[in-house]
Amino acid sequence: MSDLNTQAVARYKNNFLREVEERVEEGNMVKMCMQCGVCAGSCPFGPHWQHSPQKIFMMIRAGKREEVLSSDSMWMCTSCYNCIVRCPRKLPITHIMHGLANYAHRLNLAAKGQPTRDVARLFWNNLMKTGRINELTFSLGLYFKDGFIQGIKNSLAMQAAGLGLLKAKRLNPMEIFGGHKCKEKSGIHRMIAKAREIEDRRRGLA
Amino acid sequence: MAKKQYAFYPGCSSQKGASASNYITSFGVMCEKLDIQLNEIPDWNCCGASIGYGEGGELPRMVLNARNLAIAEKDLPGQDIVSGCPACWLGLREAVDRLHEHDRLKTETNEALKEVNLTYKGGSKARHMTEVLIEDIGYAGIKAPVVKPLDGLKVAGYVGCQANRPYGIAGESFENPLYLDKMIEAVGAEAVPYEQKAACCGGALAFSEPEKAQAQIRQIVEAAYDNAADLIVTPCPLCQANVEIYQAEINKKHGTKLNMPVLYYSQLITVAYGGSVKEAGLNGQVIRAAKLDKIAGG
Ligand code: SF4
Ligand code: SF4
Repeated sequence: MSDLNTQAVARYKNNFLREVEERVEEGNMVKMCMQCGVCAGSCPFGPHWQHSPQKIFMMIRAGKREEVLSSDSMWMCTSCYNCIVRCPRKLPITHIMHGLANYAHRLNLAAKGQPTRDVARLFWNNLMKTGRINELTFSLGLYFKDGFIQGIKNSLAMQAAGLGLLKAKRLNPMEIFGGHKCKEKSGIHRMIAKAREIEDRRRGLA
Repeated sequence: MAKKQYAFYPGCSSQKGASASNYITSFGVMCEKLDIQLNEIPDWNCCGASIGYGEGGELPRMVLNARNLAIAEKDLPGQDIVSGCPACWLGLREAVDRLHEHDRLKTETNEALKEVNLTYKGGSKARHMTEVLIEDIGYAGIKAPVVKPLDGLKVAGYVGCQANRPYGIAGESFENPLYLDKMIEAVGAEAVPYEQKAACCGGALAFSEPEKAQAQIRQIVEAAYDNAADLIVTPCPLCQANVEIYQAEINKKHGTKLNMPVLYYSQLITVAYGGSVKEAGLNGQVIRAAKLDKIAGG
């Protein structure tokens, strides 16, 4: 368990709803859920969710902290926004799912090796390098995230797609040498570091 | 006629040599004929996309978008900010909304923006390219420059998620949006019925949960076949890439014979306006659209 997690447990005792309200993006809206179940039938990967958004909200109110934060449900959210436009209580469900995933990640309660967690981290680190996403190094990073041998296997498995894009000039091999970037790269680094510092302080994650 | 000016946010996938470079290519002729001038926001940065949430919290994502908005306000004052990518548009528009509603978030954002000597004031609008076409040009306006109506071409209009929800096009329904069909018909093609038009392709989870995403993609492609479509058209680079690229993979795994071209609305429009294969970016397709290639003269 991370120190941040121990501190959070000490601070909120058994009041997980309050913890979510104070620390999770749009978490203050969780209490508005009336358990109608509309969202539960809206997720494209629904059958694979351990707990539907409806269940997650119920579990938050029931104080099932460990179960919620270690659930892989939030990581199954495709950001399709079906739920948001359908929810009769106007809960920003997508953003709460994202917020819960981010919080579980920051406390290190999210499952290690959760594939979407890994992809999300790779994506962010890639964009932070130059200020823009480099699709080549991002996909290579994806293939090789589980080690070299697995990486070769993954690249071979995706060869058809990769070669198709290369041929269509929609994947540039030269991007490996850096490629597109922002001129103000270091300013962007400082700006994001600052944003993270401010937000961590506010969320008690500093 | 004076050109309509917009501050343009291309987004990472629309850069030269990137996965949606053919999308941006097809904007050339289309915008010229419609008197639209897109002025690229100088030194723009990535919007954070949807998947940025995992590592980046709310404020870092707001700040990424606020930097682009602030540069546009400063260098291209008074111009609406336009993107061709629904995820970029969503990121920008969410930032505009939240920074307008939450004073604290705005103060914090501006504190971070000091690091790059910018201030976000607010007041500009973030729009998707299809909004510009529909609202500023209108369906009749889209139709006007057509020189080669796409007669006999059957098109499945795949709107997907983020070009439709949570914002979408004003006045459209989330469950059955009609705007893409109307655009298809404006250039003389036939919009076939398409029950998968607002389904999700798996988005960024095509990378992390390939099996689950490919099950979605298979349904999206098969529904186009069921309705006898010649090709699928979409307003979203991620939908385009996912639905086109993974067909080979699905065929390999399941013995299917999927080979459905997936294009952008702007490519259809460009061909109807007399653009060449190259101008419409048709040579950038992994699955070539034979019928459209022929109309374009390639
Ligand atoms: S649709 Fe809204 S109110 Fe209904 S269960 Fe889901 S979150 Fe709760
Ligand atoms: S946005 Fe996420 S939570 Fe909402 S319906 Fe889609 S997958 Fe489910």
